[in-house]
Amino acid sequence: MIDYLLTEEQLMIRDLCRQIADEKIRPMAAELDKTEEFPWEIMKVMAQSDLFGVYIDPKYGGMGGGVFELCIATEEFSKACGGIALCYSASALGTYPIILYGNDEQKQKYLPDLASGKKLAAFGLTEPSAGSDASALQTTADKQGDHYILNGVKHFITNGGDAETYTIIAMTDKKKGARGASLFVVEKGTPGFTFGKKEDKMGIRASSTRELIFNNCKIPKENLLGKEGMGFIAAMRTFDQSRPGIGAQALGIAQGALDHALRYSKQRKQFGQSISSFQGIQWMLADMATQVEASRALVYASAREVDAGKKDVAMHSAMAKMFASDVAMKVATDAVQIFGGYGYMKEYPAEKYMRDAKITQIYEGTNQIQRNIIAMALIKEMAK
Amino acid sequence: MNIIVCIKQVPDTTEVRIDPITKNLVREGVKSIVNPFDAYAIEEGVRLKEKFGGKVIALTMGPPQADAVLREAISLGCDEGVLVTDRAFAGSDTLATSYTLSKAIEKIKDYDIIICGKQAVDGDTAQVGPGIAATLDIPQITYVRKIDEIKDGLITAERATEDGYEIAQTKLPCLLTVVKEVNVPRLPSLKGKMKAKSAVITMWKAADIGGEENRLGLKGSPTEVWKIFTPPPRPQGKIYEGDAKEAVNQLVDAIKVINR
Repeated sequence: MIDYLLTEEQLMIRDLCRQIADEKIRPMAAELDKTEEFPWEIMKVMAQSDLFGVYIDPKYGGMGGGVFELCIATEEFSKACGGIALCYSASALGTYPIILYGNDEQKQKYLPDLASGKKLAAFGLTEPSAGSDASALQTTADKQGDHYILNGVKHFITNGGDAETYTIIAMTDKKKGARGASLFVVEKGTPGFTFGKKEDKMGIRASSTRELIFNNCKIPKENLLGKEGMGFIAAMRTFDQSRPGIGAQALGIAQGALDHALRYSKQRKQFGQSISSFQGIQWMLADMATQVEASRALVYASAREVDAGKKDVAMHSAMAKMFASDVAMKVATDAVQIFGGYGYMKEYPAEKYMRDAKITQIYEGTNQIQRNIIAMALIKEMAK
Repeated sequence: MNIIVCIKQVPDTTEVRIDPITKNLVREGVKSIVNPFDAYAIEEGVRLKEKFGGKVIALTMGPPQADAVLREAISLGCDEGVLVTDRAFAGSDTLATSYTLSKAIEKIKDYDIIICGKQAVDGDTAQVGPGIAATLDIPQITYVRKIDEIKDGLITAERATEDGYEIAQTKLPCLLTVVKEVNVPRLPSLKGKMKAKSAVITMWKAADIGGEENRLGLKGSPTEVWKIFTPPPRPQGKIYEGDAKEAVNQLVDAIKVINR
């Protein structure tokens, strides 16, 4: 691994997360993949170790880091299990809108419990007919006196049902299209707010995915984050912050698959020697390792850029997410290939990395949407 | 409630090498860790603090590098670390070690419970814990697998035995040695690690704890190591099979032979 000159504090985070990954996550990964059980025990360990607060201001109970620290943690967890890691990082995705758009009162109210890991968060944007086209949202928020009344359905929501704090986007003015969307905090247990069935997924199966159902759900107007009409922009800015995190998850999955493949290639004997002595395998390993390192460099650089407070980070964070997730899919597929027939069997770890990797090319904007973002930014830059 | 946890830095391997001449452990090139049994002692100390308040002081005797295990103890929730270190302590056996640690504990003074792991994985003697209690002349409960209650200056605990457990009660202050059934140690926290990094470890030399010179180090160590070896594994038990009546008869005969 290239020396990215991490600070002492960042090294501490990395080592601690690695220890949790090895001692707590790895032994449970296959089992939770099978049962789809939510990893509460592991969430408790992460909470007790202060890891939910690595990107949150100490003023609100956090450790004071940023997206970069979040990426280091996510990468380490994902090496052991992309699904369990997602339960952790999806909480950050649900928390970021509060960090970015919450006023001090809202931050005081919600962030300390999220920083301590006492509560998990989730982010709700996607709807059955609004995926890549986030402006086609149907969920409404009607202002009535001091309250908003929410109606509609969000789906494919990671941590849905298990999280306590939800940041969701709903239309306060449908006529205005994307400019009529607003951002709200809704807490679990609010009357009129229920959950759909848990989805049965290809990968990241330890994480939960459910529908959020709003049926005349009444929330106080203080739950509006930012101003009315800012919801769509808020969602896009949240993704600018969170995409390096998806890149880090993909990076961890890729590194984990590579580690397994490398170890296996030393153990597996054919024609009287380790398959790692064959050039065909060596070249695959060399390509995999190079791709993983390149995606790490891109993910780290874009995370640092976000933390530095640069204004237009959309293009680079899209690049990090897209590149790292494409690499994860490729490397995980190659890892299965190196494992050969064993790689196809669930008894061995390789196939799970391949299933887990796939989602990283799809969620938080498909990689096709990432390419749109990158291209738009390129063209805009040229026109300047 | 103030707690002192006695811990030891040990080589990270179950197959330790012994210097054939000095009969001491070869520490060169071996990674050092907190004695695994002491991790349960640390956790139990921290849990008692969380329940009753007070503080936990981690104490160790060893070379200056042993401050690493004290920092680890702090990252796991201990409040302070005390390292007793001096050339005069070199070559200490369990008697001299018990004496030295006891002198340090007398200097710390204010404590209710001392907790040790049941034994260290390098020497496996299980003597230092009881040795400290004897030197300090305080009661002890060894092999504690569960603390039932601490109330009105009394502690009630379950101590593991080979075929079950005993319930023991004694007065505070006292010393406990704990077995691994007592708890599941937590992982360090980030705040704990940061605290550990900047923590100032108290270092005491022989003069600071005021021990009698002839009871320290090699001079205070009557033990002479004659031979060190890994004991052979316990032989397997015999199972009598087949017809129940016949098997019982054979078993009874076998017991008679043993009892003779």
